[in-house]
Amino acid sequence: MAKAPSDGSGPLLDIRNLRIEAKIYPPGEAPRTITLVHDVSLSLQKGKVLGLIGESGAGKSTIGLSSMAYGRGGVKITGGEIILNGRDIRKGGTQGIRALRGREVCYVAQSAAAAFNPAHRLMDQVVEASILHGVATRAEAEKRAVALFKKLSLPDPENIGQRFPHQVSGGQLQRVMTAMALCSEPDLIVFDEPTTALDVTTQIDVLAAIKEAIRDTGVAALYISHDLAVVAQVSDEIMVLRHGKLVEWGGTRQIIKEPRQEYTSALVSVHEIEHVEKKPGATPFLSVRNITAAYGGGKIKVLENVSVDILPGQTLAVVGESGSGKSTLARAITGLLPPEQGSITFAGRTLSNRLADRSRDDLRELQMIYQMADVAMNPRQTVGTIIGRPLEFYFGMGGTERDKRIAELLDKIEMGRAFADRYPAELSGGQKQRVCIARALAAKPRLIICDEVTSALDPLVANGILKLLLELQAEEGVAYLFITHDLATVKSIADSIAVMYRGEVVRYGPKSEVLKPPFDAYTDLLLSSVPEMEIGWLEKAIKGRRMESAGN
Amino acid sequence: MANPILKLIAQRIALGLLLLLAVSVLIFAGTQILPGDVAQSILGQSATPQALANLRQELGLNDPAYIRYFRWLGGVLTGDLGTALSSRQDIAHAIGGRLWNTLFLAFWAAIVSIPLAIILGLLAVRYRNGWIDKTISGLALASTSLPEFFVGYLLVYFFAVKWQIFPGISTVYDGMPFLERMKAIALPATALTLVVLAHMMRMTRAAILNVMQSAYIETAELKGLSPFEIIRKHAFPNAIAPIINVVMLNLAFLIVGVVVIEVIFVYPGMGQYLVDHVAKRDVPVVQAVGLIFAAVYIGLNIIADIAAIIANPRLRHPK
Repeated sequence: MAKAPSDGSGPLLDIRNLRIEAKIYPPGEAPRTITLVHDVSLSLQKGKVLGLIGESGAGKSTIGLSSMAYGRGGVKITGGEIILNGRDIRKGGTQGIRALRGREVCYVAQSAAAAFNPAHRLMDQVVEASILHGVATRAEAEKRAVALFKKLSLPDPENIGQRFPHQVSGGQLQRVMTAMALCSEPDLIVFDEPTTALDVTTQIDVLAAIKEAIRDTGVAALYISHDLAVVAQVSDEIMVLRHGKLVEWGGTRQIIKEPRQEYTSALVSVHEIEHVEKKPGATPFLSVRNITAAYGGGKIKVLENVSVDILPGQTLAVVGESGSGKSTLARAITGLLPPEQGSITFAGRTLSNRLADRSRDDLRELQMIYQMADVAMNPRQTVGTIIGRPLEFYFGMGGTERDKRIAELLDKIEMGRAFADRYPAELSGGQKQRVCIARALAAKPRLIICDEVTSALDPLVANGILKLLLELQAEEGVAYLFITHDLATVKSIADSIAVMYRGEVVRYGPKSEVLKPPFDAYTDLLLSSVPEMEIGWLEKAIKGRRMESAGN
Repeated sequence: MANPILKLIAQRIALGLLLLLAVSVLIFAGTQILPGDVAQSILGQSATPQALANLRQELGLNDPAYIRYFRWLGGVLTGDLGTALSSRQDIAHAIGGRLWNTLFLAFWAAIVSIPLAIILGLLAVRYRNGWIDKTISGLALASTSLPEFFVGYLLVYFFAVKWQIFPGISTVYDGMPFLERMKAIALPATALTLVVLAHMMRMTRAAILNVMQSAYIETAELKGLSPFEIIRKHAFPNAIAPIINVVMLNLAFLIVGVVVIEVIFVYPGMGQYLVDHVAKRDVPVVQAVGLIFAAVYIGLNIIADIAAIIANPRLRHPK
């Protein structure tokens, strides 16, 4: 495909001793240079797929983008050789680099919704690189694009290109972006977490489409993800990275079946928390009865006749894909979105539907933790102030009494007392989420609503948070309403489960019963869509499906 | 498919008309509160009480204020702006020529300044933080910081007095040849351009820089597009709404805010007309000019709103 001299013999991409640095500007300190990637080497043969895996900060995306000689923000490639099609692209100058971008190497971003220009039609964007590099005339490129839309099983392939990005769903956009990358017939595509932002039921479709497109076009790929189970489905080889250094590099089977490094084994077994379901004996302290809620003055129904119970000291997990009404249920329970019909009883009394009509004690008993820990805290307040606020507000604590309690709470979340004087910006993602947990606990609530609290975290960090939540439940007897789209998380933490689909609860009961066949069609789809750490899982799962996902 | 857009546009226009009506009430009320009696100022201090009473009767000044307001509004709607007290001339007729002169000057100032501001803004983004950007920003800031009368006199000093290229007094008359007319307005148009350029250029730069943070700019970079193509094709279309807004604000300024420049260059436009008649306490003229200025402002802002609506693909192509 390319005009390279190295046909047949050498690797397509050969990166040697790659070193990438960035200048950072810490507040109140002199700017300094940090190393993001430490002398990493890799090579990739034509038509092969190499998976890059690791948690955030591992340097996966940075390495992936280096194959296009691109550094985000202040990131600079400072050392090593990047040999593509037999030449070092770093020596090619600006013109040479521009000529290979979009021609020899193409990029598929994590969020296609953000990566498409909202002002232009999809087709114009898909064929742009092909026309720019003179690979094809406009008519040829459009013909090829339509053929790719068909191959990626997009609906209405003849006309979807005439749409604007906002008129197409997230899963479809991700496939259009793959078509965009394939359109100029590159030798290499960098897939940067292409399914991470999608629902689990949509992810499987996109994954299958990408895998088939790679196989049929013979393009090579770097597949970047933090989810080992996903990478295992598409890659020939996997490279595990941590803190910008190589941990382990091997064939897919070896990495997931016989990991040689401790860190790799931790990644492989990450989802396995043993959690024994508690008996559903006691009477519920919070009952949601036949709740119907809507946005836009009753126009857009988001909850239909939902009823669930929460037992003291137990966890109810609410699962479903985006738009299924999970978070709306939380908003209805907290009173942020007063339900139109139905009632919520709490400890024997009926809670007022509207937040403004609830007593301070009602507010105290229901606390929330959010997905985005960093935006749920005031960046100008210290950790101590953040945790101390509910103590002052609900209990009127002050002075040494409050400080003592803050220290206790910091101990509970396994962070030292010294953290009380730190600001949120100085904390890692996991630590931020722990502070939010401490803030919720400070109010001594009966129920904490956890809205996708682990979704934005790396798997190992998320695991730590889940373990902490379970320990705190054992100590404090607090109940959780745990909202998530991730079924592995549900298995680890839930005592009972409510599966939601388009605003309704389609399956509800103790964990053991909900996860026991026979399943209804939707629960089956949801369960079968969770990637398993097994080669060939993808094909098996696609074959065994009974219904299409809603996002497709 | 275009229905939501048409509805939004109709809403904007209706709101604009309502606003204009409210402004007309304000203008009328404001001129009523001013001290002094119109009949007295027409006839002078030596008028007899009988003559004053007759004139008041004749002008309808004895009617309640709201009746006079509706009479005035009715006249405006049918194109009758009343009669100037000082000259006894028909206001609509007098304004006609002057409005044309003001629009002529504003038009040529806009033709130069708007494309220049946008191109300079694009250049500043392309070479951001480099010396080109800093030079453009610095010069633009300097030209805005100088008061317009100072810029005007500076131009007169160099171009009219020292080098004698352009006339220092911009006299125009009916039937003046086009080139002569262009020569006459060269200096005031230049002064106006310098005044409005920086604001538009800096807003263009800021609006585009804001968009340059987006993920789709990275996509364009990774397709191998050149930096200027990225700005022109991928950043500019998404920054168009704020740019149109600031352009319209400056257009409005070019039409209604040129009083100082018109006085300096003795240019027979609306601003000078207004200032003259404020001095003469000619209430009907002040009302009429005020209303026209308000209409221009509101009209241009409606156009900016509508352009922003049309520029938004989510509104133009609903799901």
